[in-house]
Amino acid sequence: MERRRFLKKSLTLLAEAGVLGGIATAAKTARAEPKGYDPSKHRYGMGIQIDKCIGCGKCVEACKEENNVPRDVAHFRTWVERYVIEQDGGVVVERVDPGSSGSHEPIPNENTVRTFFVPKLCNQCDNPPCVQVCPVGATFKTEDGVILVDADRCIGCRYCIQACPYGARYLNPLTDTADKCTFCYHRITKGLLPACVEVCPTQARIFGDIDSPASPLARFRRMNKLHVLKPSLNTEPKVQYADLDGEVR
Amino acid sequence: MHTAAHAMLFLLPQTTGYIFPNEAEMPWSLLIVVYPYLTGLVAGAFILASLVKVFNVKELQPVYRLSLLTALAFLLIAPLPLLLHLGHPERSYEIFLTPNLTSAMAMFGFVYAWYLMVVLLLEIWFTYRRELIVWSQGERTVMKVVYRVLSLFSVDTSEESAAFDRKAIKVITIVGIPSAFLLHGYVGFIFGSVKANPWWSSVLMPIVFLFSAIVSGIALVTFLYMVLTTLRRERINMACLDKMASFLFYAVILDFSLEFLDFIHRLYESEESIKILSELVMNRLFFSLGVIQVLLGMFVPLGIMVLIRVLRLDEELRKLLYFVAVILIQLGIFATRWNVVIGGQMFSKSFRGLMEYKAKIGGMDGFLMTLVLLVLPFIVLTVLIKVLPPWDRPESVAR
Repeated sequence: MERRRFLKKSLTLLAEAGVLGGIATAAKTARAEPKGYDPSKHRYGMGIQIDKCIGCGKCVEACKEENNVPRDVAHFRTWVERYVIEQDGGVVVERVDPGSSGSHEPIPNENTVRTFFVPKLCNQCDNPPCVQVCPVGATFKTEDGVILVDADRCIGCRYCIQACPYGARYLNPLTDTADKCTFCYHRITKGLLPACVEVCPTQARIFGDIDSPASPLARFRRMNKLHVLKPSLNTEPKVQYADLDGEVR
Repeated sequence: MHTAAHAMLFLLPQTTGYIFPNEAEMPWSLLIVVYPYLTGLVAGAFILASLVKVFNVKELQPVYRLSLLTALAFLLIAPLPLLLHLGHPERSYEIFLTPNLTSAMAMFGFVYAWYLMVVLLLEIWFTYRRELIVWSQGERTVMKVVYRVLSLFSVDTSEESAAFDRKAIKVITIVGIPSAFLLHGYVGFIFGSVKANPWWSSVLMPIVFLFSAIVSGIALVTFLYMVLTTLRRERINMACLDKMASFLFYAVILDFSLEFLDFIHRLYESEESIKILSELVMNRLFFSLGVIQVLLGMFVPLGIMVLIRVLRLDEELRKLLYFVAVILIQLGIFATRWNVVIGGQMFSKSFRGLMEYKAKIGGMDGFLMTLVLLVLPFIVLTVLIKVLPPWDRPESVAR
């Protein structure tokens, strides 16, 4: 009799825990993704065609606007770098400031070999060091491959910022939690494009499903020779570059 | 927005070359220098104590209890800099409740709890148990209750119980040595496992941390022993002091050899990061690494100790020189932690630029708070020494 009661009680407890767990999971999904969205059907990636980027900085502006990124020069979810490779082997790199006036185009002189712009953002690594080091699991990889930060869980230890080889993360001064590009997760789960892709006037940024043959990303991957940043670190980025120069890190 | 951006530019530290924009703010500040410094002292002090119990180094008996109390005092304060540095300290309990098992940092709670509960507190309890009972009998004031509680209401002062205490202490110390290694080796692993950072990413990091920990711990206990004995107007036990200095000497040599190996290895492999790291060492870290850590923190103390051995100096001069050496070593180890933590954040992961660090004076992670956190362990230690004297109490009979 005692044993039966004990078993019954444990089973009820287990069931209750299961329901609670279910609610918790549901709450989490509800926050990140809209109804009817099935993350298991997607695996997102981005392609960046260096030669198409004109360094206008519209993507940076759009990103700051869309994602409420602090409007200063020390916090970016995406930014654009300008490279000037010189005859004597020198490399001058600068960040293109969307707020600045005038042309971003460098004026070549006799010492200039080549110049180009490189848009940067979180590489949404498939083997993400930031997720590995987060002590509380606040940074996680979604089923569709995007790396997100749960601002309600992040304790602000900044270990993920240290672990990111690309400088893609910052501590958001408004929330005191780690922050970074989400591929505009709130948009892509509704079938929209990330803000930076949406506004790019030259289609230097291509977004889509890596596995879907119908996505524009599939064509980009078919038509270009691709490279990723810092491949030796084995982070397996899902942001791939076409026409990437060896000087870019 | 424009003026704000310009104001920000002035506030941002000076940089040279190109850095990623998010790197303008240094993620880990002065407080994170203090954290490995304090844990290192804990591990080092404990290793010194274990020399007495496991390796039977009889000369060190006078500092055995002092080492244990020092380890405890510093361990109690060690998590504070971490806590204060968090963006959300009120959520820190999540590390214990929902640890991410792949995170080296998440192991903090477990390593810390293990070391505090299983190793230090237990060993101190067994060490003091019998005296606590005797002291409680001799006291009349509130201390009587304090001692009764601290002894966990144990009443057995028989010889058998004392024999059991000694046995327990030996077992705990044997478990404690790898635990102390774990505690500080783990702190080294937190840095050494960051592949994104070539200044940190090194398999030697945990071992270098460990030996620098032993160096700093022995130096600290030597310092405390000399100061406290002088304050109590007692004679310094020169056999004990010489023995500590001798262990210190070998520990510094080992520590230096390991760091030198790391240095040579990097230079010889000459990987992609070598240019920026050379610039880092030659510019940003020249004073803190070249002058303080290596010259003042290693070479000068080593020279002093060689001098003492070769010249067979008399007691007074030896004491003076040891005292100077341990202070220099302490300074050097603090510089070591600075060079790892701050140095590792002074170059861009683009390998194209250097940042600068300007510590704030006030604020939660400023200079003043750092001073407070460095003084706090000594205040805790004072209380511990008052409650649990590490030397014979005049009225005490047990020893």
